[in-house]
Amino acid sequence: MTPDVSAVVPRLRIERRRAWSVADLRELWAYRELLYFFVWRDLKVRYKQTVLGVAWALLQPVASMVVFWLFFGKLAHVPSDGLPYPLFSLAGLVPWTYFATALSGGSNALVGSQALISRVYFPRLLIPLGAVVTPLVDFAISFVLVAGLMAWYGAPVHVTLLALPLLLVLLVSAAAAASSWLAALQAQYRDVRYLVPFVTQFWLFVTPVVYPASLVPAKWRALYGLNPLAGIITGIRWTLFGGPMDLSLLTVSVVTIAAALVSGYLYFHRLERTLADVV
Amino acid sequence: MGDADLAIRAVGLGKQYRIGARVLGGPGTLRDAMAAGVRQFVRGGRARQEAPTVWALRDASFEVRRGEALGIVGANGAGKSTLLKLLARITEPTCGYADVRGRVGSLLEVGTGFHADLTGRENTYLNGAILGMRKAEIDRKFDEIVAFAEVERFIDTPVKHYSSGMYMRLAFAVAAHLDTEILLVDEVLAVGDTAFQRKCLGKMDDVTRHGRTVLFVSHNMEAIQRMCPQGIWIEQGRLAAMGPIGEVVSQYRAAHYEAAGGLGRFNPRSRSGTGWARVLDLALLDAASVRVGALPADADLRFQIDLELARDATAGASLRGLIVELNITSEDGRPLVSLMTADDDGVELPAARRCRLETVLSGPTFVPGRYRMNVFVGIPYLEHVDELVDALEFEILPPEHPWRPYALHERRGIVCRRAPWRCEVVAPELRGPHD
Repeated sequence: MTPDVSAVVPRLRIERRRAWSVADLRELWAYRELLYFFVWRDLKVRYKQTVLGVAWALLQPVASMVVFWLFFGKLAHVPSDGLPYPLFSLAGLVPWTYFATALSGGSNALVGSQALISRVYFPRLLIPLGAVVTPLVDFAISFVLVAGLMAWYGAPVHVTLLALPLLLVLLVSAAAAASSWLAALQAQYRDVRYLVPFVTQFWLFVTPVVYPASLVPAKWRALYGLNPLAGIITGIRWTLFGGPMDLSLLTVSVVTIAAALVSGYLYFHRLERTLADVV
Repeated sequence: MGDADLAIRAVGLGKQYRIGARVLGGPGTLRDAMAAGVRQFVRGGRARQEAPTVWALRDASFEVRRGEALGIVGANGAGKSTLLKLLARITEPTCGYADVRGRVGSLLEVGTGFHADLTGRENTYLNGAILGMRKAEIDRKFDEIVAFAEVERFIDTPVKHYSSGMYMRLAFAVAAHLDTEILLVDEVLAVGDTAFQRKCLGKMDDVTRHGRTVLFVSHNMEAIQRMCPQGIWIEQGRLAAMGPIGEVVSQYRAAHYEAAGGLGRFNPRSRSGTGWARVLDLALLDAASVRVGALPADADLRFQIDLELARDATAGASLRGLIVELNITSEDGRPLVSLMTADDDGVELPAARRCRLETVLSGPTFVPGRYRMNVFVGIPYLEHVDELVDALEFEILPPEHPWRPYALHERRGIVCRRAPWRCEVVAPELRGPHD
C-alpha cells in the first residue's frame, strides 16, 4: 500500500449543491486552462476552410460603417458630437459588433455543447465564458482599424485614453452577464434562439451606435443608462476622443452591469446542477 | 477498515428524474411554461400538479476501497450509468451523498469533444484538457498516447480523414492515459478490432495494478469477472447485491434466468419476409425432449422448428430451393455458427401444410454465456420468406462433467469442441540428423 496520500489527494463530497459558494468560484479558476482550450479550439476552427479568413473580422464593422455613414451621416444628417461621422460610428460599431457576437455565441453555446455536457464534468460556466472571450480577438483586430481611422483624420490622443481598459472590462462583463442569462434560458426554452436575433436588432437601435447619447434629453440620460451598452459605448468614445462625459449615464450602466452579472451567475448556477438532464 | 483506505463512500445516493410530457417532447418552450402558469391561475391557485417522476437510482450505499476494481452489472436502464454520472458529477444527486477521495476521471464515452476539423495532435490536447488533464501533463504523455493509438503518421491530419478505427484508437488512447486516482469506465472496451481490444484490457489491468480505483460497467460478464474482484448488481435503481464478483454475477444471472422468462422461449417479435411459410415455434430441447432455456456446455443442443406453409404454396412446386437456416449468435449479435437444411446431411422440405424439423448440435458446444438464434426461411439469394432475429435466447452453463482442459477452452475461444487426435511416429530416434 502506498504511504498515506490523504494529504495530497483531494477530497470531495458529491451532493446537492447549495445555491452559491466560494468553492465554486475557486473551481472555476482551477479550470482556467480549459477555458483557454475552448477559445483556442473556436479560433482554430473558425476560419478553417474560409477564403477571406481573418478579414471577416474587419469586413462586418466596416461594411456597417459605410452603410450608416451614407444613410445616417450623409442623408439623415444625424449629429456625431462634432466628429467625422465614419470615425464616430466605427468607434461605436466595433464594441457593438463584439457584444452582439458574444451574445449570439453565448446564447447558443450550451445547446451546441450538449454532447460534452452530458458526458464530462467541468464548470459549465466555461462554455458561455468561452463564447465571450473568443470574439475578443476579432475585437482587438478591428480596434486597430479604429486607431488607423483616427490617425487618418488626425484625431488627437487624450489623457482619457487611460480609462479605456476599465471600459473594456465593463464591456466584457456586460457580455458575460448577458450570455450567461441567455445560455441558461436557451438550455431550457428553445424559444430564446428565435428571440436573440430580434432582441439584438432592437438593442442596436436603443444604443448610441449610429447616434450620440447627447441626442437623448438630459433628464432621461440616467434612465438611458439602464441599457449598459449606452454607458459603455459613450464611455469608449470619451476615452478615444475626449470631451465632456455624462457620469450619471455611466454610473447607472455600471450598477446595471453589476446586477446583471451577479444575477446571471446565480441563475446559471441554479440551472448548472441539473443541466445534463434538461439540455 | 480505516477511513483512509476508502476511495468512495456512497450513502443513500439517489437520483430522481421527471418524466412525462416535458421529457418526451424535448425541452420545454416558453409557451408551455406560460400555459402552465395560466392553467394554474384558472384553476384557482391550486397547488402545482406533480410531474410524474422516476427514481433512476435509489438509496445506493456502498464503499470502494482504494486500489480496488469494482464491477457493476445490471440490465439496461437499471441505473448503472446514472450511478457513474453521479460520481462523475455530470448530474447532481437528488438525495444522499458520496465522499470521493481523489480525482475522478471518466471513460463514459470516448472521443467526447473531438472536433472533425482539427488534427489528431490538436484533438489530443483538446480532449485531454476536457477530460481534466493539464497541458503540461499532455505534453509529457503525448508521445506515449500517439504510440498507443498507432497513429504516428497521421497525427497532423484532421481527424475527419481518419478511419473509424484510427479515430476510436486515438480517442481511447487519450482517455486511457488519464492519471486520476479513480477511473469510471462504461463499456468502452467495445472499440476497435480484437487486437486493440486486448490492448485496452491490458491497459485496464495495468491501471488497477498501479493502485488506482476503477469502477467498471459492462455487459461483458467475462471481462468484468476477469478485471474486478468485487462487484455490485443494480436492479431497477436499487442495489440488489454486492460482494465478490463471482457471487454477484451468478445472482444476477440466476435472477434474469427466472424473471425474464425469456430464456428458451420462442420470440417472433422481430419478423420480416414475404410470409408464405412461417415459423410457428422454435425450441431448444434437452436429452429428454423437454423444452429448456439453459443447458450445460457438454450437452447436445437439440433444436426443433415448427413450420407452416400457406395452402397455395403446398399445391405447386414452389418449395424447390426453400431452406431453413438457424444461426446461433453471441449475446452481442456476432454470428457463430449456421445450421442449414440444405446441408449434405440436411432434408428437403416437404410440400405439406405443417412440418416439424429437428437438428442436433453435438456437445461440447460453447463456453458458458448467453446465446441467441436467428431463423431464416427462404430461397437463398432470391427470397426472404420468413426471417426472425433473436427468435430464441438460451444460456450455456458450465459443463456437468468438465473434461480435463475445459478451463483452458473457456479462455481460448467461444466455441468449444473436442477433436480427436492421431499421432504417428515418423522418425524413431529422438536425436536429429545434425547431432
